[in-house]
Amino acid sequence: MSRIQLAQGSGGRENQQLIRDLFLKYFSNPILAQLDDAAVVECGTTAVSTDTFTVHPLEFAGGDIGKLAIAGTTNDVAMRAACPEYLSVGFIIEEGLETELLERIVASMSSELQVTGARIITGDTKVVPRGAVDRLMINTTGFGAVRADCSVKRIVPGDHILISGPIAEHGACIYAAREEIAIAGLTSDCQSLWPAVKALLDHEVPIHAMRDATRGGLAAVLNEWAEQSSTRLMMTEEVIPISEAVRGFTEILGIDPYILACEGAFLLSLPAENSSEAIDILHRCGHPDAVLIGQVENADNGPQVILTSAYGTQRLLDFPYGEILPRIC
Amino acid sequence: MLTHEDLYQRLRSKDSVQQLTKQIWQAVEGDDQPFRIMEVCGGHTYAIVKYGLDQLLPSGVKFIHGPGCPVCVLPQHRIDAAIQLARRPETILVTLGDMIRVPGSRSSLQQTRAEGADVRFVYSPLETIQIARDNPDRQVIYYAIGFETTTPMTALLIDQARHADLNNLCFHTNHVLIPPAMNLLMEQGANIDAFLAPGHVSVITGVDIYEPIVKRFGTPVVISGFEPVDILSAVLSIIRQLKKGLSCCENNYARSVRESGNQKARDLVDRYFELRSDFLWRGIGSIPESALQLKPEFAAIDAERAFAEDCPQAGEEQSSGCICGAILCGHASPLDCSLFAGICTPQRPQGSCMVSNEGACAAYYRYRRTQS
Repeated sequence: MSRIQLAQGSGGRENQQLIRDLFLKYFSNPILAQLDDAAVVECGTTAVSTDTFTVHPLEFAGGDIGKLAIAGTTNDVAMRAACPEYLSVGFIIEEGLETELLERIVASMSSELQVTGARIITGDTKVVPRGAVDRLMINTTGFGAVRADCSVKRIVPGDHILISGPIAEHGACIYAAREEIAIAGLTSDCQSLWPAVKALLDHEVPIHAMRDATRGGLAAVLNEWAEQSSTRLMMTEEVIPISEAVRGFTEILGIDPYILACEGAFLLSLPAENSSEAIDILHRCGHPDAVLIGQVENADNGPQVILTSAYGTQRLLDFPYGEILPRIC
Repeated sequence: MLTHEDLYQRLRSKDSVQQLTKQIWQAVEGDDQPFRIMEVCGGHTYAIVKYGLDQLLPSGVKFIHGPGCPVCVLPQHRIDAAIQLARRPETILVTLGDMIRVPGSRSSLQQTRAEGADVRFVYSPLETIQIARDNPDRQVIYYAIGFETTTPMTALLIDQARHADLNNLCFHTNHVLIPPAMNLLMEQGANIDAFLAPGHVSVITGVDIYEPIVKRFGTPVVISGFEPVDILSAVLSIIRQLKKGLSCCENNYARSVRESGNQKARDLVDRYFELRSDFLWRGIGSIPESALQLKPEFAAIDAERAFAEDCPQAGEEQSSGCICGAILCGHASPLDCSLFAGICTPQRPQGSCMVSNEGACAAYYRYRRTQS
C-alpha cells in the first residue's frame, strides 16, 4: 500500500509530483494552475473565514474530513450572506498516511466544491513526522462576495428564529463512531448551505442573522446570539427537529442533543412577517424540516435563552461547558 | 425494533402529564397541609429541575432535594486519596466521568491529569479490564463510586479481573448505601413527609429495604422511575397516602423494579464486599454501616490497604463557606447559598453539589440560575 512520505512535503521533486498528481488533478482551475507564490483575484466587499479541521475518524457516515473542510468554511462565509468564491487550503499530513485515503479525501473536497462553485486558488502541503498530528489536518480559508448585510448585531426583539433542519446529527454521528457505539441511522448532516442561502437572498428575504450550529450546537449559537444582541430568546422545545436516531443515542448516553454539533443545519433570525416565506423557500431547496422554533424578546433580566417545554414549564438553555460526560446512574 | 417513541414517549406524553397534574391539584384541593417530599436520588432532582415538574404542582407540594448523588457525598479525604493514588509512579487511575472536577482539599483529578498523571474515565467499569491488559507493567487502580446501583458492576469487574488473572489491578472502594442515609435524616428530625425513593437502587435491592423506615417513622416511601409521568404518578401516590393517613412502601416503578430486586447482583456484591462500621458522608457526617469495603480475604487487591500511605484519613474538611451539607440534608435549596452561581459555578465548584450532573446545585445552575 502506498503511503505518504516525509519527502513529499519537503519542497523537492516528490513534493511537486504530489501537487501535480493529486491536488492539481482534483482542484484544477486557471488561477491555481499558475502555481505562483500567491494567487491574484478581484475583490469587492468580501467575507473571509478560516477554520482548521481535525476529526476522528477521518471518514464517517455522511462525509469525511475533506467534505467537512470545504462545507464548513464555505458555510461560515455563506452565513454572512456572501457567495463563497475562493478558498485557500493547507494540508498537514502525518507521514505514513495511506495515499489512497488522501486521494479519496481530496476527491471528496473536489465534489463538494461543485455544490457552491467555489474554487481553491492557493494551497500548501506539509508532511510531518509520525505523532506530530493525528493522521491529517486541513485548514481552509474562504472568501465570498457579500450580497446583503447579515450579522448578529441586526437581531432585534420581535424577530422569529428558524432552524433549517434536524439538530445534533454530525455530533452524534462522530461521538458514536469514536465510542464505537453502533446505532442505525446516525449520519452526519455535513453539507454546503450556500444553495439554500442563495435561494433566500434571490427572493430578497430580509434576513437579520444566520449562523450554522457547529461546535457547541444549538445551545452555543442561541446563547451567543442572546449575549451579542442583548436579547432574550424564547424557544419552543417541542418543535425543535431531532431525528429518531439522535434522540435514541442521546437518551442512552444521557447527553443533551442541544450541545451536539450540526454541520448542515443553520439558524436564521428574521422579521416575523417573513418567516413563513423563508420556511417555504427552505422546504423547496433541500431543507424539508426547516421550522420556526422561537422568537426574540427584550432582555429584561439580562441576555438568556429560555426553553418552554410541551408542559408549559420553562428552563434555561445554557452554554455548553466542561467535557461531555455520560450519566453514571 | 424498539424505538425511542416506544421507550419514552408514553412516559413524557403531554396528555399524561397534564392529567396527572390535574389529579394532583384535585387531591390537594382545599388542603393547607404542606406535602414535603424528599426525592432521595440525584437522578430525580435532575429530572424534576430539567422538566420543571415543580412548576406544575400546587405551592404546598414541595420537592426537598436529598443526598442521593454518590459523587456529592464523598468527603474530601477520599478525593485526596484518588489524587494521591493517581500521582503514584507507573499508575493509571480509572474511574467514572463525574469524578473529574470534584474538588478535594487542594486539587481535583482534572488538574492532576493536566499535571501529567494518567487518569482515565470510563463509561463502563468493565473497560478497566482492557486497560489493565494493555498496560501489564503499570499498576491500574479502579476508583469505585456509587450507590447500590453501581456496586454490582464493580463486583463484576473484580470477578472478571480475578478470572482473567490480572495481577496489576486493584480497587479503591467508595460504595455507599441509601437506607442508612435516609434513616439518619429522619433521626435528625428532617422536616420530610414522604420519600420518593430511588428507582435504580431499588432495581438491585428490591422493595423491602425501605420497610424499616416506613415502620419506624411512619413516612410513606414510593419508588419511582425517572420520567415525568413516573415522578408525577409517584407524587400522586404519596399525596393519596398522606391524605388517608397511610404510610406504606409502594413500588411505582414496576417496569424495572421487582419486589425482590436482583438477587444475582446482590450475591456478587456479597461475595466481595462487607459493611464498613461507619463512613463519613460529606456535609452530613459519619453514618454507621452506610458503606462497603472489600472483605479481608481480598486485601491484596484493596488499594486502601496496599497503598495505605496514599490514602489519607478523615481530617478537618476545608470549608469554602458553601452550604452543601444543608442542601444534602434537605434543609436548604441551592438558591439559598450565597456562593451559588457567583463564586461557585460548574467551572469553579466550591462544593460537591455543583460538580456532578446529579448534584442539586449543578441542576439549578444549568436550568434555572436566573429564575427564582
